[in-house]
Amino acid sequence: MAKDGKEDDYPPGGGISRRDFLRGGAVAGALGSAGLLAGEIAEAARKNPAAAPDGMEVWGPGPVPVRLRVNNKAYDLKVEPRTTLLDVLREELELTGAKRVCDRGTCGACTVILDGKAVYACSQLAIDVQRQPIWTIESLGRPGRLHPLQAAFVEHDAQQCGFCTPGFVMAAKALLDQTPNPTLKDVHHGLSGNFCRCGTYAGMRLAVLAAAPLMGEEEEEEEEKDVKDGKDEKDLQGDGVEPEMGGRKKNKKRRRRKGHG
Amino acid sequence: MADPVDPTVPAWPEAADRKLIGQRIARLDGPAKASGNAKYTYDLKPQGMLWAKMLLCPHAHARIKTLDVAAAKAMPGVKAVFVIQKVGAEIQWALDEVAAVAATSEAQAADAVKAIKVEYEVLPHFVTEEKLAGAPKVDPGEEEKEGDADAALAAAAVRIKGSYSMPSVAHNCMEAHGQICHWTEPDHLTAWCSTQAVSGVASQFAEGLGIPAANVRVIADYVGGGFGSKFSVDRWGIVCAQLAKIAGAPVKLMLDRHAELTVAGDRPSAFAEIEVGAKKDGTLTAWVSKSWGSGGPGSAGDPPLPYVFQIPNRRHQHSAVPTHKASSRAWRAPNSPQGCYLSMSAIDDLAHALGMNPLDIVLQNLPLTGRLEKIYREELEVADQLMGWRQRWHPRGDAARGPVKRGLGLAIHTWGGRGHRSNCEVTIHPDATAEAKISTQDIGTGTRTVVAIVLADTLGLPLDAVQARIGDSRYPASGGSGGSTTVGGVSSATRRAALNALGQVFAKAAPALKAKPEELEAVEGKIRVKGAPERSMTWKQAMALFGRTPVTAAGANPGPGELTTSGVGGVQMADVAVDVETGVVKIQKMVAVQDCGLIVDLQTTESQVYGSLIMGISTALAEEKVTDPVTGITLNHDFETYRMAGIGDVGELVVRMMTGPGYDERGVIGVGEPPMVSPLAAIANAVANAAGVRVPWVPLTPRRVLDALAANTGKGVA
Repeated sequence: MAKDGKEDDYPPGGGISRRDFLRGGAVAGALGSAGLLAGEIAEAARKNPAAAPDGMEVWGPGPVPVRLRVNNKAYDLKVEPRTTLLDVLREELELTGAKRVCDRGTCGACTVILDGKAVYACSQLAIDVQRQPIWTIESLGRPGRLHPLQAAFVEHDAQQCGFCTPGFVMAAKALLDQTPNPTLKDVHHGLSGNFCRCGTYAGMRLAVLAAAPLMGEEEEEEEEKDVKDGKDEKDLQGDGVEPEMGGRKKNKKRRRRKGHG
Repeated sequence: MADPVDPTVPAWPEAADRKLIGQRIARLDGPAKASGNAKYTYDLKPQGMLWAKMLLCPHAHARIKTLDVAAAKAMPGVKAVFVIQKVGAEIQWALDEVAAVAATSEAQAADAVKAIKVEYEVLPHFVTEEKLAGAPKVDPGEEEKEGDADAALAAAAVRIKGSYSMPSVAHNCMEAHGQICHWTEPDHLTAWCSTQAVSGVASQFAEGLGIPAANVRVIADYVGGGFGSKFSVDRWGIVCAQLAKIAGAPVKLMLDRHAELTVAGDRPSAFAEIEVGAKKDGTLTAWVSKSWGSGGPGSAGDPPLPYVFQIPNRRHQHSAVPTHKASSRAWRAPNSPQGCYLSMSAIDDLAHALGMNPLDIVLQNLPLTGRLEKIYREELEVADQLMGWRQRWHPRGDAARGPVKRGLGLAIHTWGGRGHRSNCEVTIHPDATAEAKISTQDIGTGTRTVVAIVLADTLGLPLDAVQARIGDSRYPASGGSGGSTTVGGVSSATRRAALNALGQVFAKAAPALKAKPEELEAVEGKIRVKGAPERSMTWKQAMALFGRTPVTAAGANPGPGELTTSGVGGVQMADVAVDVETGVVKIQKMVAVQDCGLIVDLQTTESQVYGSLIMGISTALAEEKVTDPVTGITLNHDFETYRMAGIGDVGELVVRMMTGPGYDERGVIGVGEPPMVSPLAAIANAVANAAGVRVPWVPLTPRRVLDALAANTGKGVA
């Protein structure tokens, strides 16, 4: 639920409101079509406006406008309402760090940070996450300028094939944002929503514990450089987008990292 | 090993001369992976790329009665439809591929697949091979015999009889099987593949498509796991290429997870009835076993029984049971986890019958292991210390109060691992940087890092001055990554190529240094005279002798000198806690002591062992493909129901690599398989030790533990 209580007004001219979405479900129920796809629900409502009372707006099944805020950049897109956040990140924004593995909210390879929490991007509809800041693995660091957490994953070989790694790094980031000095048990809990098939848990334990004291020193510079090549670059300050990852208070000192990359 | 004083025969550097080889070096592609920058096949999107989806048969055994793709062809975005199996085709397992569609978006392709109209004649199927008696067809293998097993069994001071079972488990690679196919010319194909056989798959594409192999290029920069399941181009690879041909655009086809878990690879099941006999001192004298298992419609592997111990009087017979399930694939250390689990369980039960410590019965019988006896003995001593086995072991059944019982178990294993055929081309550039090109692949094992380490150490250059170029079939051919043969193959080929390049440089530099070529060495970025380091030149000065032309040389494995050998030993011990009221098994600690000859990169080597322990724990406690006898469908084809170990399930893990004299001189040997062999056996034995009763089925789920406890007491939940 949105904090400002103004969900029906947002976003201007795009997306689907939570209330409309729920009404869509009610319409589907009224039509006795519980098994229909979302697109078919909308189509049914469109064909029979009488079944959509109260001036309900119908979205889809074709592409609809969606605005996402990803890694401190705004993107105005048109996607089908059934499209997951993961597929938008990977297919529309070419942010392929989040992987598609199970595609049903179990393995964690698609983990991103949404409103400060680690979430499975495969289990969020893009139209549903328009107001929350979304942070992906690409917001952390890159080869040569790794974030301390990524550098710790490399140093402790907390990865083999690497396909699950971005998801684990983001889950670990969310954990450390919430729990800056985790115990081993905290690490197990924080990463329990992710799977690795190569068996890199031993390195992950070391990496997350080693990275914990190094967090919060690296993020400001990276972010400012990154607010550049969004497809639709905007001044986001007025939109109240949180400038820092995961809602954590940032260390004001700007210190260059040492010994990484 | 070759005589190291003969400069014409390649050898590995002596311990004192290894600057990088054997050190703990972080994998070179680690930053790309940890940052999400690494682009896997699944991540790529060539210009104009279409998505493909397949129609999969929902029946385990059926005949296609009618098939109509007209409606699918007319769906929005559809650019190609390809019929894989025509009307009349007989389908032999569930989720076999019937037809495929390529469309502008993945969702459109999925919608179009739903529009394909197909009718099946459903035929009877068989998917439950657990009981040999119920199988409609059995393919019995020949009996293997040595000595007189029956007489020896009759004469044995102690004998036991047991039945042990393990189901098939899935590879379940994180990156599903799949590829992107792009026709660059009418008969030239480029394919980005999630494969563990870059060179081999290129030829398979050519064969399947009827085009010259020289026209096929396969690229695999990053591969999201293989574990033995990704050697083949697979039918979906050819289908993807056909769709791309019809559509005139690149096509991506990746398996959905339920298909990945159902048809893209599993380890054959194994069941055995075993009798084993011994003298009072524990010396094994007799072995009789009958085993069976299924690997789908064809024959599955035959587990080596008895495993490791060549018991003098033995006979063994294995039967393959054909089922309507997709064909099994090579799963890390094919047949060996089965052979080890079945054998070590029986020997552990025999130790219990003798009242012996299992460590003692293993030690007592080490002479039956042949040339690995000394290695096993050393490893058992190390493992004993790391686990505290002698102090902590108790006879079967934990007398401690309370429902949570602790227990220890052990197993030993071996594997071959000689380096495969491999070719390498090394180029040294005028600026004193170097690159090695090999058509190998890094499936997470660290191949890229290993090639770079060998190249840099051989040339005396820093690691950041070299590049390992792999994952492209246009590079010199190399074997698939299976059987722990990659590291030996690519290391040896790279070493030879680099030494050949170095030979050219030494020949050119020798006159300037007033020395013979064989008196030179490449160390610390310099070419210098051995024993007279002041007579030296930098690598750049040496390369200036060649003008602006780089130096290039080739090397191969096998080749002169013996840089890789075969046969490693390993020991593992497990410490578990079993709650005898709930049946829940928890891993407290695992110890793995492993040998693999000369280690190139200690860190990625250890990672293979850690990974094996974790995958082994997962298969011991949770993994099992469950096929519904009524529908013939794999029921647990997703991550919720196909359970695997998470980070909190694996306990404390201790890995110790055996290195130094007695190990290093055997050359480079692979390690992806061997440590994968023992975990199941060690954990199953530890559970028997804790619970006081053999749980004769894996995975060791609470239900099975409680069933075994109930069977033992004659009351309870069974």
